[in-house]
Amino acid sequence: MLTQTEISKIEHELQQVPVKKAAVIEALKIVQQQRRWVSDENVEDIAALLGMSADEVDSVATFYNLIFRQPVGRHVILVCDSISCWVMGYENIRKTLMELLQIKYGQTTPDGRFTLLPNACLGTCDHAPALMIDEDLYRDLNGKNIGEILDKYE
Amino acid sequence: MEAPLTSDIQPGLSLDLRAYEALGGYQALRKALQQMAPQEVTALIKESNLRGRGGAGFSTGMKWSFVPMNVKGPKYLVANADEMEPGTFKDRWLLEGNPHQLIEGMILTAYAIQATTSFVFLRWAYKEAAQVIRKALSEAYAAGYLGNNILGKDFSLEMHLHTGVGRYMCGEETALLNSLEGKRAVPRAKPPFPQISGLFGHPTIVNNVETLCFIPHIVNKGAAWFQSLSRTGDGGTKIYGVSGRVNKPGAWELPMGVTMRELLEDYAGGMQNGYRFRGALPGGASTDFLTADHLDTPMDFTAVAAAGSRLGTGTMVVLDDQTCPVGFVHNLEHFFAQESCGFCTPCREGLPWTEKILYALEQGHGTEEDLVQLEMHTHLLGPGNTFCALAPGAMEPLQSALKYFREDFEQHVHEKKCPYGNHTH
Repeated sequence: MLTQTEISKIEHELQQVPVKKAAVIEALKIVQQQRRWVSDENVEDIAALLGMSADEVDSVATFYNLIFRQPVGRHVILVCDSISCWVMGYENIRKTLMELLQIKYGQTTPDGRFTLLPNACLGTCDHAPALMIDEDLYRDLNGKNIGEILDKYE
Repeated sequence: MEAPLTSDIQPGLSLDLRAYEALGGYQALRKALQQMAPQEVTALIKESNLRGRGGAGFSTGMKWSFVPMNVKGPKYLVANADEMEPGTFKDRWLLEGNPHQLIEGMILTAYAIQATTSFVFLRWAYKEAAQVIRKALSEAYAAGYLGNNILGKDFSLEMHLHTGVGRYMCGEETALLNSLEGKRAVPRAKPPFPQISGLFGHPTIVNNVETLCFIPHIVNKGAAWFQSLSRTGDGGTKIYGVSGRVNKPGAWELPMGVTMRELLEDYAGGMQNGYRFRGALPGGASTDFLTADHLDTPMDFTAVAAAGSRLGTGTMVVLDDQTCPVGFVHNLEHFFAQESCGFCTPCREGLPWTEKILYALEQGHGTEEDLVQLEMHTHLLGPGNTFCALAPGAMEPLQSALKYFREDFEQHVHEKKCPYGNHTH
């Protein structure tokens, strides 16, 4: 069940759009903001609220890589794997992260602290290599400063 | 040297409304609303020869002039701030540093096409820009630059910030409109063009951030001034960027038509010690390689096209002599295969195939036949064979790599390994 907060936020979005369906991405964002990911049940609840089928909602939810349809950790690490970062040493950053966290892409640490994902260009190519953790951008990375960065996140 | 878009931006700071007004901000809006008819604004932009800075380089004034002015119902304006072309980081500078410049450009554009609702479509990763724009929008509403009867005139405009949830496809203007409508970001058939039938079926203009930021300056100073900023026939300044193994990677606003050599040597400080220049993508991931032979090419739409590539976003990615060109292109095709929306068959099937072949070459499993296959894909996924420009764009670096770095591809086949010892993921 969606919470009252989620429902009222979604209803606010519904007032901004000419057709209900147009609010589906905002609705998914609202639910994910509260729960970190969007479950099958959430998809069905959003569908009911917007007068769509659950499959229709899911076709949108699964299209966008930053709507998570599986549980994620308390913090999501998005590692830029695009061209400028690759040229500037992305491989080493990836390797260091996987060694420190003992997980692969798409996995979450057993303590639920981090989920590790690759991501397309973060738009900070003059400071490559780069990654984001939640809302925070880290640039000019090298294999050495990654441990310190991870320590900031509980 | 004039740099109208960026000379007021200070590193790490964002100009607020008061600072922007103190520098002459919103004077262009006053001028247009008081002295110019909407068609006159469009005519001025057409005369300036401003060409879209998102990559395609289409005449901005021409684009606006396709909007039917006498239709009933709403019209829309969208700022495309979904900067996601790998190697591109120019709009981030404008968005974070001077949000009101974009907002004023958008209000003027909306006035020219008589749009009543507008959106900034911002990519999710630009968190700081999102904060800055939210604040700037509330300042602009409070000051009466947005909302009903702007500056007491008979013109009203709403402006919203929409933050995306990923996917490169959102940068394609019709896919962007689908995304704004809450749909999957797949492209739409053209015609009808968005200028006639765009967001929710109404006339819509989608312009790049850098393009829109020029509008207040052209309204203030005129078409001839804009032309005079450039060294070539393509008017204005351009934000150029360089990334890769250079001494000072960065972005600079320079006269349109500076050469690749000037960018590389005078601005980016030359190659890092121990690295030699082999080639560069002049304007992001979906542009053809240019090589050392092309370094004196002026970086404008016309000259880069004549050299066999595209100006694209004007942000150059450098390939050095110690980075494997096959691995480089594999990285690009991995990106494009992943970002294909899956809607049309050649792109959905062909891009993963090129990615797999390039991976096999890197692993030492490639054959001569693979090189023929790659060549074939550059035609099969080329212009006219796919629904949108994603796959043809993806083929540009591949076809030019096969042309300029042929010996590297051959070497991977003959030595059954990557001679650079690079690894791919």
